[in-house]
Amino acid sequence: MSDPMKKTPPAAGTGVTRPSDDKLIQMYRQMVLCRALDERVWMLNRQGKAAIVASAQGHEAAQIGSVQSLQVGKDHFYIYYRDLAVLISLGLTPTEIMLGFTAKAGEPLAGARQFPTHGASRTLNLVNLSNVVGTQIPQAVGSALASKMRGEDAVTIVYFGDGASSVGDCHEAMNFAAIHKLPVIFLCENNGYAISVPLSKQMAVDGIVSRADGYGIPGVVVDGTDIMAVYEATSEAAAHARDGRGPTIVEAMVERYLPHTSDDDDSLYREPEDLEEARKRDPVRILQEQLMGAGLLTGEADSIIRNEAKRVINEATDYVDAAPYPEATDFLDHVYS
Amino acid sequence: MTVQTVIEAVRDGMQEEMRRDQSVFIMGEDIGARGGVFLATEGFVDEFGEDRVIDTPLAESSIAGIALGAAMNGMRPIAEIEFADFIWPTVNQIVGEAARARYGTLGQMCVPMVLRAPQGGGVRGGLYHSQSVEAIFAHTPGLKVVTPSTPYDAKGLLKSAIRDDDPVVFLEYKRTYRLVRGEVPDEEYTVPLGVADVKLPGDDITVITYGLMVHHCIEAARTMGNEGVSVEVIDLRTIRPLDNDAILASVEKTGKVLIVHEDTKLLGVGGEVSAIIAEHAFDYLDAPIVRLAGPEIPAMPFSPTLEAAFLIDTEKVSTAIRNLARY
Repeated sequence: MSDPMKKTPPAAGTGVTRPSDDKLIQMYRQMVLCRALDERVWMLNRQGKAAIVASAQGHEAAQIGSVQSLQVGKDHFYIYYRDLAVLISLGLTPTEIMLGFTAKAGEPLAGARQFPTHGASRTLNLVNLSNVVGTQIPQAVGSALASKMRGEDAVTIVYFGDGASSVGDCHEAMNFAAIHKLPVIFLCENNGYAISVPLSKQMAVDGIVSRADGYGIPGVVVDGTDIMAVYEATSEAAAHARDGRGPTIVEAMVERYLPHTSDDDDSLYREPEDLEEARKRDPVRILQEQLMGAGLLTGEADSIIRNEAKRVINEATDYVDAAPYPEATDFLDHVYS
Repeated sequence: MTVQTVIEAVRDGMQEEMRRDQSVFIMGEDIGARGGVFLATEGFVDEFGEDRVIDTPLAESSIAGIALGAAMNGMRPIAEIEFADFIWPTVNQIVGEAARARYGTLGQMCVPMVLRAPQGGGVRGGLYHSQSVEAIFAHTPGLKVVTPSTPYDAKGLLKSAIRDDDPVVFLEYKRTYRLVRGEVPDEEYTVPLGVADVKLPGDDITVITYGLMVHHCIEAARTMGNEGVSVEVIDLRTIRPLDNDAILASVEKTGKVLIVHEDTKLLGVGGEVSAIIAEHAFDYLDAPIVRLAGPEIPAMPFSPTLEAAFLIDTEKVSTAIRNLARY
């Protein structure tokens, strides 16, 4: 079957770190797939089949753009609970991820012992240990320290929200990484809310990037709904890290236009107009328009991508519906080596 | 055999492991040029360099968190906390994270790290340089907790802890550092985790203890021997996992048990040991189990008279043994 994408040069190239056309289409596919999965797990939640959902909607460009700028299998990914699109971009299948949301047997990251998207994958160098916000940041710095001590070329990227930036571990980790010029990228997905607390009540400035000067490291703010801007920023941060020049803070300004989780009620703290504005910065639609504007995506090709995503998600849903819960025969295992 | 102090044995244990295995490194406050406030890492930075002997900022949570991340990425870090009283910022990373890493990843991640800290009183350390912290960590499945008493055990247990694939909280009694001397083999050896040691064999009464208190208990046991009471002193050495077999074997032999620890009594290690005995060796008991432990105040006071009132000494142990012998 012929590729539905037209291979024409992009309208606006920004230099060597711009993703290739193929990669852009691949990222769009991942974004569409992730959005379809995200919407489906909310449905499963409302049906009582998924106990808890934390959505990546609005964050997909920041997550996929950064993953695709790095070397999967070599680099290390320390993620947090909102990073569904990181998992998709790393290559986990919707079925594998949905087994997590439904807590069914065969869930690959934690054997369904953990909340969805949590656990680890050794082959993907993926770690998402905890629900305790910010704990992953020093762990990621330790991972980068290990890579540096062994003389490896690997970079560690750590994802966290604006909420986690208030935790003391965030400061301690950034400071240590700066002192030792560790190969780590601090990717803050700043959506302006720590559950219900707006940014103005979390900090007296409008973001975390100004802290970079205080640590003596580079910091960059990007439009986190623009996948090309994210890709470029994290590509440069990775090159900087691999070059032995240390960490970078990349602050991706994103929107969270759904509640914090399926257990949250954002009508208690957000105005409808605010959410309406946020929805205008939908990264899936933005990339769709960018690709169509550049002649890389036709309406027909887009339909094929969306139908394929729907098919995959339907199959995954059927699979997890039929899948059993884990037997409680081995739940005492893996406490000690 | 060479006679060493506890601190010398700790230093040698780390040094040997760092020479043996390039993945072992140490991080903590003042461990570089200063060699650690107790000189546990004296000379290390000259031998191993600043890359493997990392002087950290004064930030305990990240000392633990960074060590955890390095451990999950193939290294074997030793994270030193300057005093156990400063360990609380690490609890989030150790109890909350390191202990659950293996379980929460279905065994995919392992955490071969050691969190070392000097603990305990008797050094005029006051409320913030005297605390015992073993019970807090020992309550957590996923962690191992070690409390050595002698140079031989300190070195052999520390080497085992460094080689262990699970997170180990290694608590050294700072009062023993220079006070306690003992023979240490010149050749390579290790002491396995989770195995108690009969420090003194006896038939009439079992004294179960660990850390600094081992030495008071041995002294008291010798005194009581002169009074015709044969006392067996069991050094737990490892608080988690506890060596149930060693505890029960001794209790089944003597029928009378005194548990001694420096840490406070309520919900402490002695409570757990008592429960194990009550559950598994009740029929062997000839007297109620007795616990001799620190008083119910939040930490050890500073003034010498107050500190002495907190601490258990040989006389207090002897009195407890005497009372138990009469039961």
